[in-house]
Amino acid sequence: MTLEVDDLRVYYRTLKGDVQALDGVSFGLRDGEILGLAGESGCGKTTLGKALIRLDGRMKHVGGSVTLDGQVLPIGDDVKMNPYRFKQVSLIPQYSMSAMNPTRKIGRMVRELLESRREKLDLDELHSRLDLVELPRHVLGKYPIELSGGMKQRMVMVISTLLNPSLLIADEITSALDVSTQKAVVTTLKGFRDRGFVKSMIFITHDISLTNQLADTIMVMYAGKLAEKAPASTVVNAPKHPYTQLLISSLPEVGVRYADKRLTGIPGNPPSLLKPEPGCRFRDRCPLAFEKCAEDPPPVEVEKDHVVACWKAA
Amino acid sequence: MRRYFGRKLLIYGLTFFMAVTVNWLVPRLMPGDPVASMLARARVAQPEAQEALRVYYNNLFGFDLPWWQQYLNSWGSLFRGDFGISLWAFPTPVADLLTRAVPYSLALLIPSILLSWVVGNRLGALAARRKVLDNTVLPVSYVLTATPYLWLAALMAWGFGVVWGIFPVAGGYSFSMTPSLTWAFLVDLFWHWLLPFASLFLVALGGWAIGMRNVIIYELESDYANYMSALGAPQKLIRRYAFRNAVLPQITGLALQLGVLVAGALVTEIVFSYPGLGSLILAAIQNKDFFLLQGAFLFIVLGVLIANFIIDVVYVIVDPRTRVGMAGAAA
Amino acid sequence: MKTEALYFAVRNTKLLVGAGIILVLLGIGVIGPFFIDKPPTEYVGMQMQPPGGEYWLGTNTFGQDLWAQFVHGLRTTFLVGALGGGIAAVIGMVVGFLAGYKGGWIDEILNMLTNIVLVLPTLAVLFILNAYIGVRSAGMQALFIGLTQWPWAARSIRAQTFSLRGRDFVDLARLSGVGSGRIIMREIAPNMSSYLLLTFILLFGGSILIASSLDFIGLGPTDAVSLGLMLQQAHQWSAMHLGLWWWFVPPGAGITLIVGALYVANVGLDEVFNPKLREL
Repeated sequence: MTLEVDDLRVYYRTLKGDVQALDGVSFGLRDGEILGLAGESGCGKTTLGKALIRLDGRMKHVGGSVTLDGQVLPIGDDVKMNPYRFKQVSLIPQYSMSAMNPTRKIGRMVRELLESRREKLDLDELHSRLDLVELPRHVLGKYPIELSGGMKQRMVMVISTLLNPSLLIADEITSALDVSTQKAVVTTLKGFRDRGFVKSMIFITHDISLTNQLADTIMVMYAGKLAEKAPASTVVNAPKHPYTQLLISSLPEVGVRYADKRLTGIPGNPPSLLKPEPGCRFRDRCPLAFEKCAEDPPPVEVEKDHVVACWKAA
Repeated sequence: MRRYFGRKLLIYGLTFFMAVTVNWLVPRLMPGDPVASMLARARVAQPEAQEALRVYYNNLFGFDLPWWQQYLNSWGSLFRGDFGISLWAFPTPVADLLTRAVPYSLALLIPSILLSWVVGNRLGALAARRKVLDNTVLPVSYVLTATPYLWLAALMAWGFGVVWGIFPVAGGYSFSMTPSLTWAFLVDLFWHWLLPFASLFLVALGGWAIGMRNVIIYELESDYANYMSALGAPQKLIRRYAFRNAVLPQITGLALQLGVLVAGALVTEIVFSYPGLGSLILAAIQNKDFFLLQGAFLFIVLGVLIANFIIDVVYVIVDPRTRVGMAGAAA
Repeated sequence: MKTEALYFAVRNTKLLVGAGIILVLLGIGVIGPFFIDKPPTEYVGMQMQPPGGEYWLGTNTFGQDLWAQFVHGLRTTFLVGALGGGIAAVIGMVVGFLAGYKGGWIDEILNMLTNIVLVLPTLAVLFILNAYIGVRSAGMQALFIGLTQWPWAARSIRAQTFSLRGRDFVDLARLSGVGSGRIIMREIAPNMSSYLLLTFILLFGGSILIASSLDFIGLGPTDAVSLGLMLQQAHQWSAMHLGLWWWFVPPGAGITLIVGALYVANVGLDEVFNPKLREL
């Protein structure tokens, strides 16, 4: 196991009280595994991504642990977490277009960043990785504004993986891209994994069909909790959780044809996470809900590597 | 970049053109014979100069010429550096009075502007995101920036000059001195310079500190700062980047504040009877010496435009985005 | 949204302190003159009296009551600030809205004009205008200040309008055939009303500072007493050397208090309207 997350709880502080954005999530990630993390906005997937590398100012670590390569990450302590960042855990952010300092030449920025982490810049290695993502080497002498959007995206991917982290978090990195560029990004990420630049990866997206092309495993979250986690093909073809089923059937196509099915969104909205009522958080929108759902459904491994948190599936 | 400078120069050219035109037009909008009424209102030092002045100014204004000829002539004399003759200090040419006063004004303005900008930016950057400093630097800055230049100057002159008697409160140097390149004179000059400089510096300081604090907070929350933090870069490096990027809008702010700073220097000079343009303008207003006033006006406009252009050049040097041909700076 | 703003407004110390100071001073300026039966320039008694029971702020070298001058001066200072700031805000809004909403050549021309007035040193222009035209009422002073103060407001309003112009609700209004004027008044202005209020407050404070400088170089109103004029007289008659600190300390403190309170209230309001700036 590269990564083990155990009962992780991260809350958002707001004026009205704590929002329980991530409320007891456990999962593991093997060497070389790519995990697709899917769900509606507000389901906690971005919070989970941030919790693994850097909590923002309003988030607090309430409970649970994260273990990476046998070491417990001090995720609640911004300063103690620093030595792990970039080297063990790294991030490709949502905002690649503006992730680089606009007034520094890229090469210089990379050098200063590495020096600040007491790492020497291996220029040959950097060059070969630029070649790999088909960026000309002279981009290092340019300012970010001189690069196109796609070039910036690839540059950030190279920077983030330069120190061969054990875990790479890619947070909604494809949402702003067109379909062919999305494909290219997915291929590149796969290449990074295959060449061993990153040991494992969490790919956060709201787009399950894209996740399917990249991920070995897909984890679906709902309202701060794990709903279902299984090998990608299982989630797409034989989902067990009613939410996953609705999510899959609301997609136009996921490799399978749903020609005779009407495309349906899921009616209703996720519950408020300010003071959520006990019980399954999906039950108000769930077509299968019954009395038992007033109790919290525990995640159960229904078959090998297939975890579902639903009374009906167990 | 060429477009950027082209635009800037066009604006400065038009501004100067407008200033000269207004300057030419305003006296001609006054009812009656402007020369006569001006001479009647002015307090000319020597009464026998009245007639000489009348002849001179009738000639200068050239009212017998068609208006466009008058207008062109005024440009002609401007390029010759001829601003007319002062009524108040007859027969000294206005240009001479101004060029004598300008060094004193610049000696106050340049150090106080640059130093307040540099120190204010540092203070503001320090204050940002450090609670204790923020709660001290910020209130003090707001008080300073709300203080009228002339009042702080008056308070300092009264406190340090009159009550404690540490500093002289009037003039550019002691009356007993004759300007020369001796140590004694230079020390005296510096001693007279210090209070007006300090009061200008302090008022301007507050504004820069507030500006920098607000901009750098924004920069520290920007995407690149978040990315660097996520990659574990130390705060020192992130703050260095944020500071450098926050300086850019402060440079633009410097250009925008020039008019206010010059105005502050003018009234500060008046408080301290410092022999710069401000004191000259006060004399011109009190003695209704309109030629001196107009000359001072053009000098100030020209000075501010030149300073603006220098700031533009600096901006291009500091912000790579303007150099690579993309729109970085606001026009 | 309204109630939320109110919720934060009554809890924002900066706003409360700033607004409190302004209200107290405004109250003194508005009501105070009714309790003073003599005009502020009348020679009421002993000369050069320090502050005391009979003359709260003492008297000057002519035996004028400085408290009476201060109270009337506050009134003028508020008037010039509000009027000058108001005129500048209106011009800035008209220019900013038009340039930002219409775009094209209208934008080009207005932008050029804005930039020209922006680089002109305001005070220098004002002393030329004031000296020649020589109309010296407080209202006239405010008008001139308003006419030279608007450019930065126009510039920021233009930028805001520009970003609002592309929004859906504006597109919708345009598609349903609503005229530009109505769109600006009904759709754009209400959406940046908080921003406009902040702009006006800053212009208010700026106008007071400029007016005090004009007063001080002898280009103030001749038909009124203002805080700036008190400072000018104090300087002209050497109050500093005569040790009459009560002549020049209170008016300057008054200006500083008003402008400082305006700025602080402005920061407070900004925090109320802008959730990002609120501290948790």
